[in-house]
Amino acid sequence: MVTPTHYLVVSALLFCIGLAGILTRRNVLMILLCIELMFNAANLAFIAYADAWGNLGGQMAVFFIIVVAAAEVTVGLAIAILLSRQLRTLNADEVSLLKW
Amino acid sequence: MPIPLSGLILAAPALGALALMVVPNRRHAFVRRIAVATTSVSLAGAIGAMVTYHRASGGYQHELAVPWIRSLGIGLHLGMDGISVVLVLLHALCAFTGVLISYAIKERVKEYYLFYLLLITGVFGVFLSLDLFFFYFFYEMAVIPMYPLIGIWGSDVKERGIVRFSKEYAAMKLTIYLTLGAVVALTGLLWLYAASGARTFDLVTLQQRFAGTPLDPSLQRAIFPLLAVGFGVIAPMWPLHSWSPIGHAAAPSAVSMLHAGVLMKLGSYAIIRLAVTLLPEGAAVWLPWLASLCVMNIIYGGFVAMAQKDLKLIIGYSSSSHMGYVLLGVACLTPLALDGAVMLMFAHGLMTALAFALIGHVYDQTHTRWLPDLGGLAHQIPFIAGCSVAAAMASSGLPGFANFVAELLVFLGGWDRYPVQIACGVFGVVITAVYMLRVVRGTFFGESKRQFSHARDAATPFARLPYVVLILALFVTGSWPKPMLSLIDASVRPLIERVAPGRGRPAGEPITVLISTPVSVEVR
Amino acid sequence: MPADLVSCAWAILLSPLAAAALILLAGVHRPKLSAAAAIAGLLTGFLCAVRLFLHAHGRHDALLFESSVSWIALPGLTIPFGVLIDPLSLLMALIVTGVGSLIFIYAAGYMAEDAAVSRFYGLLSLFAFSMLTIVLATNWIQLFIGWELVGFSSYMLIGHWYAKPSAAEAGKKAFMVNRVADFGFMLGILALWAASSPTVSQRSFHFLTLERQLSSAIQAGLIPAGTLTLIGLLLFCGPLGKSAQFPLHVWLPDAMEGPTPVSALIHAATMVAAGVYLLCRAFWLFSGLPEVMTVIMWVGGATAFLSACLALVENDLKRILAYSTLSQLGYMVMAVGLGGRAEGMYHLGTHAFFKALLFLSAGSVMHATHELDIWKLGGLARSMRWTSACFLVGALALAGFPGLSGFFSKDEILVLARGHHLGIYVLATLTAGLTAFYTARVWFVAFTGSSRLSTRHGAGGGHHGVQESPPIMLVPLFVLAALSVAGGYLGIPRFLGASHAEFHWDVAATSVAAALTGLTLAWLIYKRQAVSAQQVVQALALPYSFLQRRYWIDEMYGWYVATVQQKLIAGLCAWVERVVIIGAAVNGTAWLTRGAGLLLRRCQTGRVQTYVFVFLIGVAGLLTIALTR
Repeated sequence: MVTPTHYLVVSALLFCIGLAGILTRRNVLMILLCIELMFNAANLAFIAYADAWGNLGGQMAVFFIIVVAAAEVTVGLAIAILLSRQLRTLNADEVSLLKW
Repeated sequence: MPIPLSGLILAAPALGALALMVVPNRRHAFVRRIAVATTSVSLAGAIGAMVTYHRASGGYQHELAVPWIRSLGIGLHLGMDGISVVLVLLHALCAFTGVLISYAIKERVKEYYLFYLLLITGVFGVFLSLDLFFFYFFYEMAVIPMYPLIGIWGSDVKERGIVRFSKEYAAMKLTIYLTLGAVVALTGLLWLYAASGARTFDLVTLQQRFAGTPLDPSLQRAIFPLLAVGFGVIAPMWPLHSWSPIGHAAAPSAVSMLHAGVLMKLGSYAIIRLAVTLLPEGAAVWLPWLASLCVMNIIYGGFVAMAQKDLKLIIGYSSSSHMGYVLLGVACLTPLALDGAVMLMFAHGLMTALAFALIGHVYDQTHTRWLPDLGGLAHQIPFIAGCSVAAAMASSGLPGFANFVAELLVFLGGWDRYPVQIACGVFGVVITAVYMLRVVRGTFFGESKRQFSHARDAATPFARLPYVVLILALFVTGSWPKPMLSLIDASVRPLIERVAPGRGRPAGEPITVLISTPVSVEVR
Repeated sequence: MPADLVSCAWAILLSPLAAAALILLAGVHRPKLSAAAAIAGLLTGFLCAVRLFLHAHGRHDALLFESSVSWIALPGLTIPFGVLIDPLSLLMALIVTGVGSLIFIYAAGYMAEDAAVSRFYGLLSLFAFSMLTIVLATNWIQLFIGWELVGFSSYMLIGHWYAKPSAAEAGKKAFMVNRVADFGFMLGILALWAASSPTVSQRSFHFLTLERQLSSAIQAGLIPAGTLTLIGLLLFCGPLGKSAQFPLHVWLPDAMEGPTPVSALIHAATMVAAGVYLLCRAFWLFSGLPEVMTVIMWVGGATAFLSACLALVENDLKRILAYSTLSQLGYMVMAVGLGGRAEGMYHLGTHAFFKALLFLSAGSVMHATHELDIWKLGGLARSMRWTSACFLVGALALAGFPGLSGFFSKDEILVLARGHHLGIYVLATLTAGLTAFYTARVWFVAFTGSSRLSTRHGAGGGHHGVQESPPIMLVPLFVLAALSVAGGYLGIPRFLGASHAEFHWDVAATSVAAALTGLTLAWLIYKRQAVSAQQVVQALALPYSFLQRRYWIDEMYGWYVATVQQKLIAGLCAWVERVVIIGAAVNGTAWLTRGAGLLLRRCQTGRVQTYVFVFLIGVAGLLTIALTR
């Protein structure tokens, strides 16, 4: 029997993997991917609760997140392309134009 | 429906600024003509308001009300009482002459006049607004154009050829200082708005409400210093004055004229119009402190002016010294003293505008403002020298000029309340004479210097016009003060009566006869 | 009173003003028109004053009326502007317009070659208006207005030749010293105005009303004596400055930098006498304050004596006359301090005649020789007969030669002094002797003997180059000379309502003896040269140097202005401004803001992961708080 707890554990694991990725990887593309992982972890949690409580609000939120994530990836990838063009790097540490 | 005068006066320079946006850059003459035309309209409107203001009925006249955000109680509400009429006239005179003096500006003419007209609009707005929101709005509108005006068209303050304060420093300091003051005042205004519970920014409505149910005295005492200090910065109240002399010195002359002539009066005007009117309990507690600060303004400012050698800095510090009399008159809160304070705002504004215009001419001709380098200019520029003597004499309170009447009224009105402070104020007149005579002596008298032999006088009637207008205005109001005083008094007395009941009650009939025929009596 | 008298009274005041306005508007580049307008204006005033005088003369109910317009009228404050005609003001107006007209006419010759005749006459007319404003004032504020305006015109006229640094400085000094005095005067007026408040509903500046109000308040004991004394002393500050009494006398000798007609009119005959006039105008107040009267008396006596001493060692003709003016003003002030209002005004009148005469004669000399050092002149009595004769008449009147005007007026003061205070009487008689001495010194050195003028002036050897002045300058001299002779017989004190003091033979004899002693001494030293002047100076080296340095008073003021006021006080304020307010407070705040920014921006590492990590810790912290609460 798969209870909401199982879903939530998976979701938490996914979230932590994404987080760990963001904190450890330096490549901008990898960071974007990890952010996507975290989004999906959140989505999973929403769906788990929506199922458990029979509330459609959770599913609504998932669709909303998917749309936002798509938009976010568009912007993110655009930044990544510009970075590679202008600075010839995708290493996040080397991108410090705004730093003092 | 005809447009009320207040709307006309405000709209003219605003429309002028709008028109300038679409005028081609190169057409300098046309740009200048627009500026002259719009300020002339305002001047005519101001004179019209002065003549048509109905003294017997008093109150706010020439009103114009346009609701804007009803739910918050914000609306454009313009109107003039006797005090604002006088200040509007002052500003209209300074703006008109300032535009004429600005003919000396040769770079980025269009942008210059654009900012200048914005500044003019803002100041008119403050004097005309009867709505706290728009009061603040116009106040900021008057402050912000000063930044580019000083930063772009200004000049560095030099000492023996070495830059002591750069114009950027002056512009930055002025803007930050005034904005900071404005924010403090805004806090007070918003607090007042919230505490009143009337959900309106309308000054007249608020006044009526407070007349029925006064604000809690402890609250009044708390809000008053916010307004007094916030607006006091621009007044400028000691020791928050240091933006002002440097700002004067760095600004181009026409901007100094408006800055010293009118902008500083926004502070004292706001204190009278808002702080004292709406918060009488606060005023009762805090005004004695203000009176003592004024003495610092007068004496300290005077002595600092005495130690300066840059002409503009001398006049700059003298302005902060003379504004001490205005604030002292406000602090006394008696009808005579407040009459004097308002009249002094007018007189000092014209005098100091005249002084800056004259210094501008001297600087244009000699390229120096350093007193020890100057001398003997009366040989080359006699007209300017004569006007300068008039300005110096007006400044040191010579009878015949409005400054004398105004200072006399402040002294008379304040003597019973603060004799010590008033005595210090009388002493300030001596200090003024010291540095003013030194300026005249050092700049114009003495032997003719060869390096200034090329200096040219203001020779054409057009070049002389601004100086003549300013001196004439000072002289007429000073020799025949009745029309102006009756105007001021019609509004001051009810104000005092409301704020300090009993003190404003007239001991005689209000004055309606402006031209009196001689009365002869045999005394036996 | 008839309406034409009222019009006359107004015309006295306004015709010089009209002349000044005309010159400003139309005469700037028309010297002839300016001179004509100014002379016509003042003459009109004089004729009107004469008209009033003729009406008043010989009547028991001396003319007394006033006419005014309200200048400022606010509830609780009315300040009229008008004319008050009573014997005192009428007498003063006659002197001002009469002597003034003569000097105006004289100046047309004296200033003929000047480049700025229009400015000169415009300011002179303005001065006449201002002076008459004082004289005819109906109230304290109007008087103060005139008071300041005469100060202004005096400032401008002293600095008429502004290219000369000494003239520009002298004008400034005169204005400043008067300003300092007016500080006290203004406070006095304010306090006087306020003092009437407990008894009346409506305060007043009006002379007669205020007198009535205050007198009743004083009688009812409503005003503390100390307050009144203080008010009296403050008011006395005004005459102290305007009439150049010690220790504020320093501006008057320097004021001689102005053109000589100015010195004659403003700094001898009229403006400097305004202080005395004020004391007489407010005599009801001062006479009730014995302490103040004592102060006035001693200040006047000291001024009379000390400046007569200064005149002994001065070598500049005009400056000698200036010190003499100071000394005579001291007499007048002293007379008022002794309670002699009529005596003070009497001396004011005669002094106006003979001192104007002396100055104009000196001006005539200067016009011809361009020299003022008496040691470089000499022998003028031969080359400039008429001028010298006039000067002699003036000098004799000044020295108190029996029968001339100065003798009578001085004698009345001496009589008064003897009846009042022995010390002051001795001082005054001594001064009379000194006066005779320095007057005789000028006469013997500059007018007799042989000419010492350098060839530049006296081309052709001797004094043939020195020309007598033109008639336009001589005629006023003759009129003034006649007045100086006859001034004692005009009945001035009687016109003021004082009974003519009895003639005291003993006082007269003493003063004449003192004068003769001074005269003889001067004759011995400077004419006979029985003792050379050098020997006298050497014998009296210490007092001589003391007098040469003018008691070090100028140095003391100079030190105060340059060191204490400018360097110490103003310097300190400027230092506070620069270092404390701008440096520490304002720029300090700016530096603090900047420093805080410098510190805080270190947190911005620029590494995305650091931000995420910090963000994570923040979220965890918030969650912990939310869950454990």
